[in-house]
Amino acid sequence: MILRSPEELESLRKSIIGRRSPNKACITICSGPGCQAVGSAALTRAFVRELRKKSIDSQVDVKTTGCHGFCERGLITVIHPTGVFYQRVGTEDVEEIVSETIVNNRIIDRLLYTDPATGNKITYEKDVPFYARQKRLILGSNSLVRPESIDDYIAIGGYSALSKALFYMGPEEIITQVIESKLRGRGGGGFPTGWKWDSCTSADSEDGIRYVICNADEGDPGAYMDRSLLEGNPHSVLEGMVIGGYAIGSHKGYVYVRNEYPLALKNAGIAIHQARDYGLLGDNILDSHFDFDIRVARGGGAFVCGESTALMASLEGKVGRPRAKYIHTVAQGLHNKPSNLNNVETWANIPLIINKGAEWYSKIGTEASKGTKIFSLVGKITNTGLVEVPMGTSLREIIFDIGGGIPNGRKFKAVQTGGPSGGCLPERLLDLPVDFDELTKAGSMMGSGGMIVMDEDTCMVDVARYFLSFLKEESCGKCVPCREGIKRMLEILNRICRGEGEFGDIELLEELSQSIMKASLCALGTTAPNPVLTTIRYFRDEYETHIRDKACPAGVCRDLFECFIDETICKGCGRCKKECPTGAISGGKKEPHTIDVNQCIKCEACFEVCKFEAVKKGTLKGVVA
Amino acid sequence: MQETRQISLERVDEIVNSYDSDKEFLIHVLQDISSEYSYLPEPCLRRVTEKLDVPLNEVFAAATFYKAFSLKPRGKHLIHVCLGTACHVRRASQVLSKIERRLSIKTGQTSRDLMFTLETVNCLGACALGPVVMVDGEYHGQMTQGKVDRLLDRYTEAAGGKHDPEKS
Repeated sequence: MILRSPEELESLRKSIIGRRSPNKACITICSGPGCQAVGSAALTRAFVRELRKKSIDSQVDVKTTGCHGFCERGLITVIHPTGVFYQRVGTEDVEEIVSETIVNNRIIDRLLYTDPATGNKITYEKDVPFYARQKRLILGSNSLVRPESIDDYIAIGGYSALSKALFYMGPEEIITQVIESKLRGRGGGGFPTGWKWDSCTSADSEDGIRYVICNADEGDPGAYMDRSLLEGNPHSVLEGMVIGGYAIGSHKGYVYVRNEYPLALKNAGIAIHQARDYGLLGDNILDSHFDFDIRVARGGGAFVCGESTALMASLEGKVGRPRAKYIHTVAQGLHNKPSNLNNVETWANIPLIINKGAEWYSKIGTEASKGTKIFSLVGKITNTGLVEVPMGTSLREIIFDIGGGIPNGRKFKAVQTGGPSGGCLPERLLDLPVDFDELTKAGSMMGSGGMIVMDEDTCMVDVARYFLSFLKEESCGKCVPCREGIKRMLEILNRICRGEGEFGDIELLEELSQSIMKASLCALGTTAPNPVLTTIRYFRDEYETHIRDKACPAGVCRDLFECFIDETICKGCGRCKKECPTGAISGGKKEPHTIDVNQCIKCEACFEVCKFEAVKKGTLKGVVA
Repeated sequence: MQETRQISLERVDEIVNSYDSDKEFLIHVLQDISSEYSYLPEPCLRRVTEKLDVPLNEVFAAATFYKAFSLKPRGKHLIHVCLGTACHVRRASQVLSKIERRLSIKTGQTSRDLMFTLETVNCLGACALGPVVMVDGEYHGQMTQGKVDRLLDRYTEAAGGKHDPEKS
């Protein structure tokens, strides 16, 4: 069915809603990246089977949606219309959920979420503190729509922003609205989106060809919000792109999806077909005489392709190496035509701005950073998941109030924001309001929104080394400062972590950092030293301990500690002895065991299996962990 | 032993034709060949250069630049250890070392019996489950060294018998 006017879209919406009974029971199963990995597909099948067995499958819907965000408690299952929230659901719970909650309307206590702060069981989704403290303008829709159903998206008001833009606003007014909303690019740079659109529109193009691109090459380790959006609610991204295409005067769009995200690729492809079938994409959209189509492209697994010029080279079928940006991509990008590239989350913000207006949007957030931002809160954190909060929310609120703090009674040490280009911030900066400028001032950056929490068992020198080894692998090799500089810095850090650090190494790292930042071609290089510089700035003492005392206080750097068994704690159960791959552990039954340090390879297998925490790590100066 | 799929240049032609022999789709073509054979066989690459009219050096550049591609045959099962930051701080490197020891190979290598290829990935986006190991696209979360043995046993037992890395 091709829709030929805004009215036809509206009447379709009404008929979809009319066909659906708001009071019909619906079992909603999260199928985000985390829940998929623990078996959301099997759970869905089990529910369908069980409902059929009880012959109530016509009275109850089963809906598999995108990521709900609370990955830590997966599998998440929400029963609508009541909103009963069950967590850590397995196939073994299915029968009981159907017979108790669906049929008899009784709550199953053991599947409820317990608020660790109060110890209270929480019945409804809206009352779960993890959600209650967020402002889920973008991510909220994920739990309402099936990614592969355009009707679900239309039912919640989808594509109404597109019809408003096409019929009630001109391209100029759209750009003005986006400028006034003060939306800034969510991919990391934070460039004002509206101004980017404006530059692309006014750039010369002889044949009038312009491109619109969605950057879904989410390469920052520890960040998966773009994946969750594109997988969970692909139409919101497409709608944003069509609006952008109309405003800019483009007729062709691309979604460049990271190689590691096959489901995002698939769902985006399905969404494009569906939108075409409804005439919301393709020729003469809604009979507005505006043509726009989108193609999905798959990356090849190169981090640098998240950089705009590299991404465009990759789209052309070439090696993804960046070029110098004397001429910006908005003037000459893909195939040397004006090209406007925005990140997934940025595109998903557009329908909201068009529907609710720039004035409404610009009231959310801080003076210079408007709207909400989705963060992926991961690492040593109680509530791993996706968190959407207004710009300006403090790190403390995100990590402790929403994230639930550090698990296992450990102490907070640092939070890493901005991926490999970002930095590590210490405890004393926890009250920092999170927006583009504040994070940059602190030496880190917003990046795409990864937030990796680290506890006292994390070695900051090792973290810096980790990021540099990542960037060394991912450097495209085109410019010398990045290719050689990162390698040299990594060599120094490797030495320090081996206990071969020398006085002057820290200063040498700082000096190299300056050269790399000043002379590299693209942002991969110019930001590469950030993790090193921030760890030196905030955790210099750890570097000094590694260099001066040849010790790793967190017990991470393998050459700087020995494993031993505390004889006063060891019960002689023999588990460690059984696990030890090198036979370094000896000791009789029920007698304290010992580790032969000459044979020990510090694989920590014993550490992992000991139930009594008798295996310790230590240096000549004493026990560290 | 891995069943080596017969290399078919007709299949390459089909793939290239499905993209209308458009150069812009070079990466897609390589992706499709790679999913067909789990690596990029040289004869296929040569055929691609003819069909797409792209110089061999450009095809080779793309085939070696992107991490998704391998010029060497990969094992029957592809193991990806996630080394994203969240997994890293949860000691994924120890899990990786354990797999290396168990299979007697280093990262990037294939076991001599062509059962397993071990690779790392920057982030799988399943951070709540870290450390994560993916085998043939299936996720295994909260990995420990102990779980590695149980996980790999499943694959070797399915193939009939304990995996012996020394046996070629």
